[in-house]
Amino acid sequence: MSDLKPSDLLDLDALLSDEERQIRDLAREWVHDRILPEVEDWYERGEFPARELAKELGELGFFGMQLEGIGDLGAVAYGLVELELEAGDSGLRSFVSVQSALAMYAIHAFGSDEQKAHWLPRMASGDAIGCFGLSEPDSGSDPSSMRTTARRDRADWIVNGTKMWITNGGVSDVAVVWANTDDGIRGFLVPCDLPGFSAPDIHKKMSLRASVTSELVMDDVRLPADAVLPGVEGLRGPLSCLNEARYGIVWGVMGAARTCFETALTYSKERMQFDKPIASFQLTQKKLADMAIELTKGTLLAYHLGRMKEDGRLQAEQVSIGKLNNTREAIAIARTSRGILGANGITLEYPIMRHMTNLESVLTYEGTEEVHTLVIGQVLTGIRAFT
Amino acid sequence: MNVIACAKLVPTGTPTLGPDHLVVRSGVDGALDPGDEYGLELALQLTEQHGGDVTVVSMGPDEAGQALQRALAMGASRGALVSDPSLRGADALVTARVLAAAIKRYPFDLVVAGVESTDGYTGTVPVTVAEILGVASVTAVRRLEPSDAGARIERMTERGYDVYECPLPAVVTVTAGAVEPRYPSLKGIMQAKQKPIDRPSLQDLGLSDTKATQTVTAVKDAPTKAGGEIVQGDEAVVRIADLLAEAKVI
Repeated sequence: MSDLKPSDLLDLDALLSDEERQIRDLAREWVHDRILPEVEDWYERGEFPARELAKELGELGFFGMQLEGIGDLGAVAYGLVELELEAGDSGLRSFVSVQSALAMYAIHAFGSDEQKAHWLPRMASGDAIGCFGLSEPDSGSDPSSMRTTARRDRADWIVNGTKMWITNGGVSDVAVVWANTDDGIRGFLVPCDLPGFSAPDIHKKMSLRASVTSELVMDDVRLPADAVLPGVEGLRGPLSCLNEARYGIVWGVMGAARTCFETALTYSKERMQFDKPIASFQLTQKKLADMAIELTKGTLLAYHLGRMKEDGRLQAEQVSIGKLNNTREAIAIARTSRGILGANGITLEYPIMRHMTNLESVLTYEGTEEVHTLVIGQVLTGIRAFT
Repeated sequence: MNVIACAKLVPTGTPTLGPDHLVVRSGVDGALDPGDEYGLELALQLTEQHGGDVTVVSMGPDEAGQALQRALAMGASRGALVSDPSLRGADALVTARVLAAAIKRYPFDLVVAGVESTDGYTGTVPVTVAEILGVASVTAVRRLEPSDAGARIERMTERGYDVYECPLPAVVTVTAGAVEPRYPSLKGIMQAKQKPIDRPSLQDLGLSDTKATQTVTAVKDAPTKAGGEIVQGDEAVVRIADLLAEAKVI
């Protein structure tokens, strides 16, 4: 018998440093101990204990782990943590991604020294939770069409508008809100307890149920002059944050895929039909082989992008390749795994359907499948086809 | 308060025995013994509250360095690993002699360990270490605080706990659940690689004879328990009552 590991047929583990393996193992252990015993119930009830988990994640050092001067993790180690978190649930990974790669990253990259000193330490410790407001009810893939405005009122800013599909919105202490001003799109740090600000949660979701998703409603929210992020103007600001976050997705979805694949593999060897395990049938083996190949290819792609990021030569279009490929393959693996489990696959007794429905959101957020495809099309042809 | 924490690398799955009747350790995934994490956590809490350092000491193959790395990532200040091919198959007495010799190289007020390892389960090494070191020992500790006499210690018993005033230095074993072992943090993992791990040889420790005093010469499977009786039908209640009476349960 071969000694190859089913979830790592190419022995990518050997490419990691001891420290990266220890970090990966820590994340896996914590998810195993803390998340897996409860996530099915959270999912069924449509809950996520954000405050409680934020403190634990802060103590582990997972918030802002990739930021210089905070966690100082290399891109591969950061990606490995994202993978292990999403092997638990995409909602958990989203929670950490939004805090670290959208909210903290925006402040870290574009904030003033005062803004950084005020928010980053408490966000790193999990004492403060952040969210990121870019999408709107009528503005998704085309963020330049946003209707949220910030206008000057002497030294202050007055913000009006509605943001939509905001992960962590209802549990946040601070929202990074992007708004149109007379000088173009600017970012603002909006404390969530200000008059005129509300964040009603979005219910009746069939995906990311163990995650807080909210609207941000801003009705004449008055902000002081120093609430604006001074370091960036225009769409470059939010788009660079999204690029940071979707790098985490490249890794994360391979975690969801791994859980689905491992569940299906185990099940196929135990489920008896026609007096033998269903893993004995050639059609099942083909499914398993295809899934294992895509899993290891996707993880190798994530690893490659990670080392490029560490070298400082990773481009946004290359992240698009990773996000598009790995999310698409992860959802395909989830669907194939569901099929192998038959009727059992649709229940919350097994993690597959939960991951599968989660991945529907991940396929859409941080750049849809269509937009990433056209980004690559533009690289190939020089022709921009999505406007 | 300077504390020495004993640490052992144990297989993460069910331990298997090799042809030499010893636990297979090479090529097997291992981790810091979960039992040792309780001792380590108590040590870390004591030094955080009262000052001092935690030194973590282990004996085992090179892979035992993983257990030390985990302990260092959790917050221990330094490690010591005694690794020598001649120690393969060391019994509890030899292990205790090696650990005691390694521990003596550092100043200490307290030595902590798990109650027993989760692969060998002898539970005899810590008290033997205490004997060799010539210090007091208390097993199954659920709470420990420094006191005028040395330490006030609560020791688990079948009915509750006893309270001891114990002079220091001493060796204690810490029960599961006495404290909640922390996870390492990312910062802890990154700092661990900067922390020193001493690797004293047996010669450094002044040990020449490390031959096991006991060896396992044969292992036999326990007899398989015969299947039970399935009781069903109209007579079941009477039959079950008879069986319980036979077993003197009722």
